[in-house]
Amino acid sequence: MDHRPQAWGRPRDDVYGAYDGSYLNNSGPRTVTQSPVVTGTSVIAIKFKDGIVMAADNLASYGSLARFTDVKRLRTFLGTTVIGFGGDVSDMQFLDRHLEELAVDESYEAEPTIDEDDQEAKKASQLNAGNIYRYLQKLMYQRRNSFDPLWNHILVAGFDSASKPLLGSVDLRGTSFTSPSLATGFGAALAQPIMRKYAATEEDAAKLTREQAVGVIKECMKVLFYRDARSLDRYSIAIVTKDGIELKEDEQLEKQSWAFAERIKGYGTQTV
Amino acid sequence: MFRNNYDNDSVTFSPQGRIFQVEYAAEAVKQGSVVVGIASKTHAVLVAIKRNAEELSSYQKKLFQIDEHVGIAIAGLTSDARVLSNFMKQQCLGHRLTYSRNMPVRSLVDMIGSKAQINTQHYGKRPYGVGLLVAGVDDSGPHLFEFQPSGMTEEMVAFAIGARSQMARTYLERNLDKFKTSSREELIEHGLRALKESLVQDRELTVENTSIGVVGYVKGDKEGGEEKKKKVEPFQVFDGQDVQRYLELVADDKKDDKDGSGPQPATVADEGEQMEVDAY
Amino acid sequence: MAMFSQNPLLNGPNYSFSEAPKFNAPEGAREHRFDPYTDNGGSTLAIAGADFTIMAGDTRLTSGYSINSRFHPKVFKIGGTTSDQKDATLVLSVVGFAADGEALKERLDAICKMYRYRHGKPMSVKACAQRLSTILYQKRFFPYYAYAILGGLDEEGKGAVYSYDPVGSYEREQCRAGGAAASLIMPFLDNQVNFKNQFIPGSGEGHALQERERRPLSRQEVETLVKDAFDGAVERHIEVGDGLQMMIITKEGIEEVVLPLKKD
Repeated sequence: MDHRPQAWGRPRDDVYGAYDGSYLNNSGPRTVTQSPVVTGTSVIAIKFKDGIVMAADNLASYGSLARFTDVKRLRTFLGTTVIGFGGDVSDMQFLDRHLEELAVDESYEAEPTIDEDDQEAKKASQLNAGNIYRYLQKLMYQRRNSFDPLWNHILVAGFDSASKPLLGSVDLRGTSFTSPSLATGFGAALAQPIMRKYAATEEDAAKLTREQAVGVIKECMKVLFYRDARSLDRYSIAIVTKDGIELKEDEQLEKQSWAFAERIKGYGTQTV
Repeated sequence: MFRNNYDNDSVTFSPQGRIFQVEYAAEAVKQGSVVVGIASKTHAVLVAIKRNAEELSSYQKKLFQIDEHVGIAIAGLTSDARVLSNFMKQQCLGHRLTYSRNMPVRSLVDMIGSKAQINTQHYGKRPYGVGLLVAGVDDSGPHLFEFQPSGMTEEMVAFAIGARSQMARTYLERNLDKFKTSSREELIEHGLRALKESLVQDRELTVENTSIGVVGYVKGDKEGGEEKKKKVEPFQVFDGQDVQRYLELVADDKKDDKDGSGPQPATVADEGEQMEVDAY
Repeated sequence: MAMFSQNPLLNGPNYSFSEAPKFNAPEGAREHRFDPYTDNGGSTLAIAGADFTIMAGDTRLTSGYSINSRFHPKVFKIGGTTSDQKDATLVLSVVGFAADGEALKERLDAICKMYRYRHGKPMSVKACAQRLSTILYQKRFFPYYAYAILGGLDEEGKGAVYSYDPVGSYEREQCRAGGAAASLIMPFLDNQVNFKNQFIPGSGEGHALQERERRPLSRQEVETLVKDAFDGAVERHIEVGDGLQMMIITKEGIEEVVLPLKKD
């Protein structure tokens, strides 16, 4: 038995085996995020005639553990753009801080225009959703190029320079695309088919009313809660229009019906 | 003879609180031929007088496109201007790549401002010997900026720099309140008139010695009936026969105006012709 | 480490810390390696004519069995002076990993723009083709996972198509198909553009059989070939469909057409 003070409070090698101090090793190659840790699940969004509706639940999971149940995954930018984050929550918080900084810089740069009272022009000179979409794509692609990805799948909603509704997606590899409806994670398999029923093309989306779009999104959130084991019935929903953003961060799924569960057989302890 | 002990570098103040090297650089701007810029609510124009070093040589370039939405007019050392111009072009390309928008003109001008200021505070460096007028449009509308070798930048409604530019500025001041609502053509016309004011006696604006640069907004194409977004008219330089049309606009009042503005003092007639600037 | 190496005997009989395994790859540990690539599917096609070039691509973007977007263009105008590329003379198509493709396009476009700014004229296809090869090869050990095709008109005004592999090998060709359905479209092109395996009937037996003589195709014929090629590819490949984007390069400029394809 080792009685020297240095060994006090330490597990005994003869009982517990050699201590694995490998995590103390800071020699060798620099290590970066190799996989996400605390994660958020799907984000879904659909265009309608005056803008875009986006939603994501308020859960942050640690593996299969429902770790944090009040995490807001929809963030706003300059009061004109909504950004929804799926994937790693710490990377989301990093991006959120980064975008906050960008928004502050941008607000300081708000230019006096030749026509001082032209409020339209003043607003137009600020970064819009199109600009943010592009910026995030570049950022994510740069990080993947340095093999240090931000482990997120992001949706961006707002208006582009031509004042048209914009809905775009960027993933951890910097792949970016737009579509009348978008979903990340499980949503791509479960919600996207439902949303595409209502907004298969841009033209179809331009016919949807705000109420219809909100209805579709709520229906999809319900389906996701039924089938996605890493989801929650509390969620955030944002509606972006030219007049601004309406963001509700503590919504409860309504009118759930678990009757379908009765018919599911073959799992767990159930034998019949 | 009096010898100035405080002008050997750009890091030493004179006892009067002046930095002579920077002031000399500002003199180089005054040696360059005159350039005028004006901005309205829809457009920004640059007009310039080009010199030819001698009868046999071609005329220098005074206007440069930086990006589709920005152009500059230079007065002073052309080679210094090229360095700034290339830098500005890189910045605009980079900004467009990361944000997919026209770089805000103010951010762009601020960047060359800080770049130029560094040269006034480091031993062994030389200030840029060139002044710029930067005309551009961005999402907040048309802009005109002045840039000086000291690193000073300022937004202007209308301005002129270069040899004998005071005369052009006087014209601009007299017509200041007309610019805001001027049309594209009217703006060019005002620019050319301002330019004429600063001409040496017996000199005239010709298709050889005049350059015009225009950038602005045009009404967007009607797309699906609801497209009312303004579209950028890219910065474009008119030279040679292309300026004929505009010269004719201001040809008529040549006589009256010359009389009206009174005789020019003979002493300044050849200012700016002694030093080889702007030429290459 | 310094904090824990408090052994008074310094390098003498030691605590377990210093005996810790040097490399952190314990048996059975989960090691998740980030894969920087995905295949976003889709297909491209280019055919050079006597005085024109047609570049085409479908507009579907996939990952795995999912359709990410039904309209994501793969064919781009390159090297115009403005962002709407109105005065562009070259066209680039990219297929493979979409993010790399886009990055490649933007790099080449920036280079062409700088060239035009410095030289006051657009880059020739030949010069641009060589430059594109260099760009790709510079990333030889972390390649742009994209199959590129560059199209334009050469110095004599003839249609020119240059095709690439992801690391920059390139050659000028009459026609080329790239991407997911390349192996479906290319044999069709060999037969229909270069008249491979077409013989003059009754011109002989076996090796004496004469090949059908090649002739330049008209623009109308080529457009039909492109549409047929894609209709075929859509039918047999799940990653191809939704829309067909075509760019027709002539000395008058570049015409762009988007046609529907099957969405299933």
